[in-house]
Amino acid sequence: MNPQNRQKKPKSSNTQWYFLSVVALTYLVLGFVNYDIVFNSLITSKNIFLKILPALGVIFAVMMLVNYFISQKTVKKYLGVSSGVKRWPIAIISGIISTGPIYVWYPLLNDLRKKGLGYGFIATFMYNRAVKIPLLPLLIYYFTPTFTGVLLGVMISLSVLQGLFFVQLEKAGVL
Amino acid sequence: MDNAVEAGRKAIKGLTNMLPVLIGVVLLVGFIKTVTPQSLYTGLFQQNQVLDSLIGATLGSFLTGNAATSYILGGELMDKGIGLLPVTAFLVSWVTVGVVQLPAESILGKKFAIIRNVTSFVLAIGAAAVTVFILGLLSV
Repeated sequence: MNPQNRQKKPKSSNTQWYFLSVVALTYLVLGFVNYDIVFNSLITSKNIFLKILPALGVIFAVMMLVNYFISQKTVKKYLGVSSGVKRWPIAIISGIISTGPIYVWYPLLNDLRKKGLGYGFIATFMYNRAVKIPLLPLLIYYFTPTFTGVLLGVMISLSVLQGLFFVQLEKAGVL
Repeated sequence: MDNAVEAGRKAIKGLTNMLPVLIGVVLLVGFIKTVTPQSLYTGLFQQNQVLDSLIGATLGSFLTGNAATSYILGGELMDKGIGLLPVTAFLVSWVTVGVVQLPAESILGKKFAIIRNVTSFVLAIGAAAVTVFILGLLSV
């Protein structure tokens, strides 16, 4: 493989396990100091977890569907080659369906930027990454379907507004 | 068939990556709910819509992690009597502003990263205000 084409793979992180370990350790230590507080906290936590458990099942199913139908290659293909007004809905949809942590996308966006993709579309793409389809069941569960629908509509609209703002900044030579 | 297996494998991996944080957050929220009095939340949020939205958006900008965490925290804040406006600003800024990720985002240009985060912060408050306004209209 040509070394120039070799892309750095992000290191897998164990941060999430460290975080859980620290919380569990805190509970353990507190258990020796004040058992009642720990017991009541565990009961409250159990109730919260039972509340979100059904949503986790739906999240898994949606994650599987998204992984089945969408890949980073697909997003790159459409975001990179489309042109004109068509780019806005493509930036929106690509942002919504893109998965994984945002830092994984920075090199790809930088690559597309060098190939001529404007900052406006990048901003719109990034804003729409906030819309997480697999996690919608949890958002609906906590905040009702109406709230979720309205919030998503507003966010998608504002993503275009932010994109247009960046188009103007780029035209003005600010960026 | 291979694609379906691969999709399932990725989904399990995604959920496995998410679960420790989710369980940790649930345990933390459970603990905080048990030990903190209601007055702490009402003390942090002043019942002033503008100021509360600024506080919510600022909290969301600095905190980072899976969006699911923000939904749980937001839901629990609502349970504690915090208004929908600051909670929505908190939810939106959590997923659109990334103060912690700013150095990494600078790969796309320092100016771009700073302006994008600043405008996203302002838009988080705007999004919250518009959402609550529309919900108000819908409930009339």
